[in-house]
Amino acid sequence: VAVLRQSGSSSVCNFSQGEEEEKVWRQEEIMEFAELIKTPRVDGVVLHRPFMPKVEGTLCLTGHHLILSSRQDNTEELWLLHANIDSIEKRFGFLGTIIVKCKDLRVIQLDIPGMEECFNIASSIEALSTLDSLSLMYPFFYRPLFEVIEDGWQLFVPEDAFKDLESMTDEWRLSEVNKDFSVCPSYPSLLTVPKDIDDESLCKAASFRHGGRFPVLSYYHKNNGMVMMRAAQPLTGTNGRRCKEDEKLINATLCAGKRGYIIDTRTITVAQQAKARGGGFEQEANYPQWRRIHKSNVLQESLIKLVEACSDQSHSVERWLSKLEASNWQSHVKEILTTACLAAQCIDREGASVLVHGTEGTDSTLQVTSLAQILLDPACRTIRGFQALIEREWLQAGHPFQQRCAQSAHSNGKLRGEAPVFLLFLDSVWQILRQFPCSFQFNESFLVMLFEHAYASQFGTFLGSSVAEREKLQLCQKTVSLWSWVNRPQELERFLNPLYEPNNLVIWPSVAPQSLLLWEGVFLRWNRSTKCLDEAYQEMVHIIEYNKELQNKVNSLRRQLAELETEDRPLQTP
Amino acid sequence: MEHIRTPKVEQVKLMDRFSNKSVTGTLHLTATHLIFVESNSTSSQEIWILHHHIASVEKLSLTTTGCPLLIQCRNFRVVHFIIPRERDCHDVYSSLLSLLRPVSYEELYAFSYNPKQNDQQREEGWQLIDLAAEFERMGVPCDQWQLTDVNRDYKVCETYPRDLYVPITASKPIIVGSSKFRSKGRFPVLTYFYQEKKAAVCRCSQPLSGFSARCLEDEHMLQAISKANHNNRCIYVMDTRPKDNYSNIRFQFVGIENIHVMRGSLQKLLEVIGMRSLSMTDYLVGMENSGWLRHIKAIMDAAIFLAKAVTVEGASVLVHCSDGWDRTAQVCALGSLLMDPYYRTIKGFMVLVEKDWISFGHKFADRCDQLDPDPKEVSPIFTQFLECVWQLTEQFPQAFEFSEWFLIQIHEHVHSCQFGNFLCNSPRQREDLQLKERTYSLWAHLLREKQNYLNPVYSPKYAESHPVLEPSTQAYHFRFWRNMYHQYDRSMHPRQSILKHVLTLKETNQELEGTVEALKSKLQKLGASTSPLKPHTSPRGRTLPSRPKSLILGAPPVSLKEADEELFGEEATEDPPVCTGAQRTVEGSSATENGYKELMNEPSVVTLEFGVARMTC
Repeated sequence: VAVLRQSGSSSVCNFSQGEEEEKVWRQEEIMEFAELIKTPRVDGVVLHRPFMPKVEGTLCLTGHHLILSSRQDNTEELWLLHANIDSIEKRFGFLGTIIVKCKDLRVIQLDIPGMEECFNIASSIEALSTLDSLSLMYPFFYRPLFEVIEDGWQLFVPEDAFKDLESMTDEWRLSEVNKDFSVCPSYPSLLTVPKDIDDESLCKAASFRHGGRFPVLSYYHKNNGMVMMRAAQPLTGTNGRRCKEDEKLINATLCAGKRGYIIDTRTITVAQQAKARGGGFEQEANYPQWRRIHKSNVLQESLIKLVEACSDQSHSVERWLSKLEASNWQSHVKEILTTACLAAQCIDREGASVLVHGTEGTDSTLQVTSLAQILLDPACRTIRGFQALIEREWLQAGHPFQQRCAQSAHSNGKLRGEAPVFLLFLDSVWQILRQFPCSFQFNESFLVMLFEHAYASQFGTFLGSSVAEREKLQLCQKTVSLWSWVNRPQELERFLNPLYEPNNLVIWPSVAPQSLLLWEGVFLRWNRSTKCLDEAYQEMVHIIEYNKELQNKVNSLRRQLAELETEDRPLQTP
Repeated sequence: MEHIRTPKVEQVKLMDRFSNKSVTGTLHLTATHLIFVESNSTSSQEIWILHHHIASVEKLSLTTTGCPLLIQCRNFRVVHFIIPRERDCHDVYSSLLSLLRPVSYEELYAFSYNPKQNDQQREEGWQLIDLAAEFERMGVPCDQWQLTDVNRDYKVCETYPRDLYVPITASKPIIVGSSKFRSKGRFPVLTYFYQEKKAAVCRCSQPLSGFSARCLEDEHMLQAISKANHNNRCIYVMDTRPKDNYSNIRFQFVGIENIHVMRGSLQKLLEVIGMRSLSMTDYLVGMENSGWLRHIKAIMDAAIFLAKAVTVEGASVLVHCSDGWDRTAQVCALGSLLMDPYYRTIKGFMVLVEKDWISFGHKFADRCDQLDPDPKEVSPIFTQFLECVWQLTEQFPQAFEFSEWFLIQIHEHVHSCQFGNFLCNSPRQREDLQLKERTYSLWAHLLREKQNYLNPVYSPKYAESHPVLEPSTQAYHFRFWRNMYHQYDRSMHPRQSILKHVLTLKETNQELEGTVEALKSKLQKLGASTSPLKPHTSPRGRTLPSRPKSLILGAPPVSLKEADEELFGEEATEDPPVCTGAQRTVEGSSATENGYKELMNEPSVVTLEFGVARMTC
């Protein structure tokens, strides 16, 4: 996905057998995309990147990669997925220049000798980076150079999650009502619903909710048995339609005499306006046991402005702060964290169940439900648990990754549903990680890696927008899961937090603006040199590892000593 | 003391600054401290506030629950008490007003503070920092620079130290003539010598006459400085002020604002960050409008210019502002810190502060409001310098021997008036008051607690390979220093501190190394001889020496319990953190040395809970 990310070995010109195979297979690939690639190879291309020496070499275009190789030993090659390219700019002067702006926010410059070559390369990149057909995406062509030991596709199945739930409570059942995705196309086929609600009622409730997203279980808080559910907005419309089954469904989750909270991720005005378009919100009269809270979260353009601010070369502090403010990104982070804290507080502190929804129930709803789980459930702070959370609350819950991540900050065309919803979620997780640096099993690199792969990847995990779509594309059979790669011990090591000490408690981050930071690891990643910071981090890791080593040594010496003592004693006793 | 009308008020509520939480306790007023002791069976948090730390006391209008008293401190602590009876409140209020406005230096805490040391220990403390040795370290005196005795009796310049270094070609008449041409007699003298290129950093005050006037001696003085550098005859004159009408083309203007602008800027910043339910927009707009970070950057830019001129061009630089004791001190000190890795060590930083700030007469008494003050003289000039250093530690995490807690602790004591170092406005005043005989040195105190201020990832190797720091001045590198300005607002800090964690590990590692050696030698002995072993000599890891309790770092690792009970922002629920054992807040390091402890019948395990919050990063 990024330079050299997919296989460390390609950095050095030392072709292993596996790579030879890959080369052969790349030939086939080129055939398929041949008509899009007018000039597959240009010599004497110069690559410019911030804080790195320029590299001169040969530029090759394949169906999925832009490759720049210096053909020298020990010199890095650039391997860039076309899917990672957000937009390009062409400049024609003495040399042709292409500025490539990537979805991972990197900006690189390629100087290409020859106008025609430059023009051809540019138009090929444009075409290859905006392929419409999902089945032409790289994950369908990627063959792993590693042996898949643990298939990521089979790691997080709803049945297993339900088994865990069953061990804690018998109030819920697994419904197959959406088995053919006809009740709700964006839901998975198996859904956890209250035991007393039959499938027929579910269908009726589904017809009352936007996109058929009727209330389903998102999280069970085993400390006190409270639950978090999520849904889409109710379709009350202007004349205040109601649905008895929907009311019954969510009331079934309340204990006798208890009240619950409905967290609407829109402002009350936006929710009111939604009525005109057939949407709406739960009327108090029909949901007397529920208190509704509105929290807004609008997210658009924000990322573009933020990234623009970060790449501003002006050294004026005022200008920087003003642009940072104008982007509103940090406000969004604060808002979404506050809402997640609110949901978690209702559950853990107030002992009340919660229903979360916005309009479609596929964006801010998921941010809130997943962040709340990170606060409440220590399991979500482990590396496996976090993967399971993404699988459950994002992939299976039907976040439309395909639309949302089609473009990132450099998109200049008209937007077709792009929004950095997932990135905002990752940013919020990073904020919590910063405040509880010892409570997470994974580190910042893990979050950055997820960001990259959500936008462009050799793995199939983030392809498609719903379980239904993924099944149709047969991703399980035709592509490799990101988790299959991540969970290999050799890869996993990079993503582990050396400071981790399991913390079994609910964690409450501060949401004061002074406590929230700009996620420099993503937004300033390519605009600054991190050498000093990386070295300091290495030193910290070294101290921690050295500590473990010493502990082990002391233990083994003590054991040795104890053995000697017991051996010696019989000799001494007459 | 006659000022204290009510030494003790019960049932006082301490309100949380950013939420609606409160705790109830007893307020004590002593001659030196205001103390709040939480009355709770399970936890007894204490807050100690030194009178000198109090910047303002405000009595707000009466409410149904009582009379609110708002106290703002110079170390950025803000406490909000509600005292049930109006009369008690008024008594505390008026007592504080008279207590926190000492009229003479002798009333300051430093003169009564007694850390139970004998005279010899005290003397040794004062001898730790030796500026003559420092100039020797730089390679001065040398063939071009000499020590002059012209100011032996403070006759030429009252606000300079006795010992001054000047070019060998600068004769006494030149010096005296030049001093008459310069404001307050602060003629150009050496403050740092860059041995590698024989380039000098000199400092002075502004010339007294305007643009047209000339002073031959002053010109000779500059020539002498220029001649003392064989490598580069060109000399930069940096006027650190914004450009104004008497400009001369040889001058390099840097544009650091004056003390009044800086004071206003900090005030605006504190107003913004003190707001409850602050939105992100108001925060960022407020930061921008306060201009604080712009000022910090201006100082940094000037220091970078200075360091470049000296290290790259090998040119000598003369720095001045108006009086040569505010902006000049900032730029000279920060510039030297960029050039010389020694100043980035704990001892070296003390030397730097002693040299460029204390000895060259930064007016600490006026700027930090030590005596009944002129409010127009107060300004956070030294705080800004500390912040610039902090900004550098963020960019170069391995370049500094100390962590930010060292800087914060120095800041704390600049205002605490507990040690003699920062009292008064000039070396002469300090001598007159015989501070070295009557008070203690902060540096000795800090060196004793050195292990708490260490930066665990400091690398001396880094200093070798990067003698000169070249910071980036991209705007986004300038961040808000939360741990300084919110050091007492526990809810704003990360709940777990990487710094503290790693520092503890590093200490443990040293201990473990010792244990490994001990075990090895024991094993060797066992293997070599059959001499009988003493029974039950199970080797036990030595326990770490306990840290002095008075330190911000002296707390046990953050308990997870605490983390769990922490509440977020304004949405927090009402229940207070459940804590076991006693908790106390230690203001500066004054609390434990104070006799109050005996009164409290202290439990054996002390959790410095607020101290923990201050430690986090």
